[in-house]
Order: sequence, then C-alpha cells, then structure tokens
Amino acid sequence: MKAAVIVFPGTNCEHDAVYALASVGVDAELVWHRETDLSGFAGVILPGGFAHGDYLRTGAIARFSPVMTEVERLAGAGVPVLGICNGFQVLCEAGLLPGVLLQNAGLRFICRPVHLLVTSTDSVLTRAARIGQVLEIPLNSFEGNYTADPITFAHMQETGRVALRYSNAAGEVTEKANPNGSLGNTAGITNRTGNVAGLMPHPERAIEDVLGSSDGRVLVESFALSMSLAHA
Amino acid sequence: MKVTVHVHRRPDIADPQGTTVARALRDLGYENVGKVRINRTIELDVQGTDPAVVEAEVRTMCERLLANPVMEDFEVVIG
Repeated sequence: MKAAVIVFPGTNCEHDAVYALASVGVDAELVWHRETDLSGFAGVILPGGFAHGDYLRTGAIARFSPVMTEVERLAGAGVPVLGICNGFQVLCEAGLLPGVLLQNAGLRFICRPVHLLVTSTDSVLTRAARIGQVLEIPLNSFEGNYTADPITFAHMQETGRVALRYSNAAGEVTEKANPNGSLGNTAGITNRTGNVAGLMPHPERAIEDVLGSSDGRVLVESFALSMSLAHA
Repeated sequence: MKVTVHVHRRPDIADPQGTTVARALRDLGYENVGKVRINRTIELDVQGTDPAVVEAEVRTMCERLLANPVMEDFEVVIG
C-alpha cells in the first residue's frame, strides 16, 4: 500500500510529506507532475509549495498538469486525496473541492503556529481525531483566505464538510483567532464523500515534539487509516 | 488578431489588495478615495480571421484557465 506525493515545478514540501507518511508506517513515492498513470497507489498527497510559480492564480496552471487527470480519476474512485497548503489551492482550482483561497486579509504572509478545532471526523483528514480536539499546527501561506459562495458554504457546514476551523487554544472559534480572514474560520474542508480533503496549515511539519508540536500526527494518521480502509 | 481579456474579481468577493491600496492612498492624503479593486488585463495574439470564432475560443480559454468563476468575471475585447 503506497501513497503518491505529487511534485510540480515549484513544490517544496514533498520530502516533509514523505517523511511524515513514513513516520506513520506508510510507504510513499515522489511522482513528477507529468506522470499519467497512478494505478497502484492507494493514496495521493498534493504537498505545499508554489506550483508553476503560482502564476495567474495559485493552482491555476497546476490543475492542468498531466498527472491531474489521474488524480481526478482516483478521487472519483474513492481513493484518499489530500491537498496541503498549495495542494489545497490546486484541488480547489481543479474543482475537486469547493471554493477558493484568496490573499490573506491584511495582505500579510503568515508563518506561525495556529490552533485548529476539529469540527468533523468523517474524512481522510480527521478520521483518527475526535470532534472538539484542538491541534497546534504551523500555517505558512499568503493565499490562505478561504471563501465560497454563501449557499455552497451553508451546505458544507450542514453536511460536516468543514473539518477544521481556526480557533484559540481553548478551542473557541473567534474572529480574533482567524489568522487570514477565512470564511467561518475555515482551515480544512472535504468533498461530499470525505475522500478528498484540503487544509492550509501543515500537519506534516508537526509530527514530532522536536518540531515544536506533534499535533499534526493525528491528521497524517487519519490519512493512513483512510488509505488502509479504502484499500481493504 | 489582438484580443484583450479583462478579468475582474466579482463584486461580492473581497479584494484584500484593493483594500490595502485604498488605505495607502488615503494615508497619502487622498481622502476622497473610496473603494479600490485590482483587476487583471491579459493581451493575446490569436491566429484566426473570423472575430466571432476567435471570441468564442477565447471565452472558452477564460472559462477553463484565465479566470476562476468562483471569484472572477471576465470580458473579452477583440482588437
């Protein structure tokens, strides 16, 4: 059971993703964006970075990279697909997740740990976590300001597709705890079937205490668990 | 054929860059500045003789790549 970690020109978090997966017992392989066959992979991670220089819009060019046809096929077949940071932006552009990531309110590049409240556990991102759990994970982005049209967003909330929300350390979802202006403090979302998910913070950078936090581990474990469930 | 595409952020979508520029202009003393929106202009050279055909093709390019309908509208100008 192997995961594919997709590498676009400008991707820069691929090794962190491979390391994090290995730490929860999942073998992962780097896959160049021009590959056209992902058969044999039981999970896909689109890691962080600046795919194709973020030209035009974040994820806009990456979404047409040859490998994305295969990513869409696997996503449709129920295979776990996770986009982290820039990978989340690519999944939104590809239409595999609803909405879009705008520039941060205040136009600041944010690079610091943030707190996240787990609000749904029915996805590849949060399956091993529990509702109400608060995680401290680094955020590292300029375009992390999530938005979606009001009808779509209301439906997403009703159906538990907002999996992670920015909160304070006590788990209170407040305006002050919203680092980038995201609609409803949204930090991570899933598709209707829960097998495609994206988040702006970096769980793969918070998997060992020596990194400052190991709170991201439960999200990486969720992905690993989802891979074995989907594969079984 | 020269084609110009104007991509505008939709009115209901926040424009943090526009908001920041508006604030900077007011800080410079231009207190009469209200809302500012930053848009994008893309100029293309497209081979073709029938303007209607070229326009239709460029509109498809906008829908697929040049604009994101979740946050942007676009306008195609031939010539």
